Amino acid sequence: MAHGAHVVAACAPDLTGETDMSIRLINRRSLIATGGAAALTLGTGLTVPARAAGVQPTPTMPGGANNYRPGAQIVERIGNGGFTMTGTVRRAGDGAPLEGRRIQMWAHTTEGHERDPESHGATLTDRNGRFVMDMPQIVPAFGQPHGHLAYDAEYDDGGFKTVFLRPVMSSPSETSLDVEFALVPA
Amino acid sequence: MIWAAVCAALLVPVAAAGFSPLLQWRQPVYIVAGFAGIVGFALMLLQPLLAGGYLPGLPALKGRRVHRWVGAGIVALVVLHVGGLWLTSPPDVVDALLLRSPTPFSVWGVLVMWLIFATAALAVLRKRLGMRPMTWRRAHTALAVLIVAGTGLHAVLIQGTMETLSKYALFALALGATVKVIWDLRIWAARRRASR
Repeated sequence: MAHGAHVVAACAPDLTGETDMSIRLINRRSLIATGGAAALTLGTGLTVPARAAGVQPTPTMPGGANNYRPGAQIVERIGNGGFTMTGTVRRAGDGAPLEGRRIQMWAHTTEGHERDPESHGATLTDRNGRFVMDMPQIVPAFGQPHGHLAYDAEYDDGGFKTVFLRPVMSSPSETSLDVEFALVPA
Repeated sequence: MIWAAVCAALLVPVAAAGFSPLLQWRQPVYIVAGFAGIVGFALMLLQPLLAGGYLPGLPALKGRRVHRWVGAGIVALVVLHVGGLWLTSPPDVVDALLLRSPTPFSVWGVLVMWLIFATAALAVLRKRLGMRPMTWRRAHTALAVLIVAGTGLHAVLIQGTMETLSKYALFALALGATVKVIWDLRIWAARRRASR
């Protein structure tokens, strides 16, 4: 039921300015729920913090945990870089940015397969809950150009539940991805 | 002339995939797995041509013999395709086999795999099961149509090494040849006669 509503809402134009408040609210939720338009969500969330009260938890995506390497090292960048993986980690509900959260990312890139240890790296979020990782260009593998990200509660003392993401690039020529984690307290 | 056209139709999609830039970032086992799938797809154009006896030098009866061997080859290629992908990324293949993969083409690939295995099993057990020729023909044809269509869908939904135009062309040709042989051999018409 909720899924259907989300799909419909996501199709509605939400950038038409100061229009119907309720429609925009549904839009925000649907965007968070789908995770696909995390950048838009972040933008609206920051400009209108009062509406952050309804931040929906980010669900783990199917296949998100595939080829995960628990405890991958925190690195300055993965390999030689060239592709920018960014994201935001917030608390579900009030949307408060979460600082110092450890996020691991990996992908099939120009420098290695998903299973290769050197394809994995982790980083910590800043005070705004943002993280940035310079990593090699993601290339299509197993039929889609996609990345993987993990927030693993086992490697974090902050008491939030583990979430794995598997964002898909709209085109293999994209050189960046942006995701959102809305974490649920454990 | 016909052979030249058929060879081109079979080889061009495979050769075009050989020029894919993605190959430089893949290990041999992944490349082999991918090409096993592409070659198997290409052979699905050859199969109806053999069954219909359309190829010079391979009239229907002789063509059927080759058809059987090519069918066995497709089974082997499916095993190589799935096995190679398994070695490349085990969890992705497990997800696909358990029908919980996030990629929409996986379900078609798995469905077609089982249909191909079923087709092979039916072909091997045909005599032992004492199937009537018409029953066999209908079952085999129905499986073949689903396999060709499912394989094509599987392929066109994938962003992989196959070149787009040659991929769609191969799908169209394979489906067209399958429909033509069904039409020419009057398989459904024969069924209507038999059921009367």
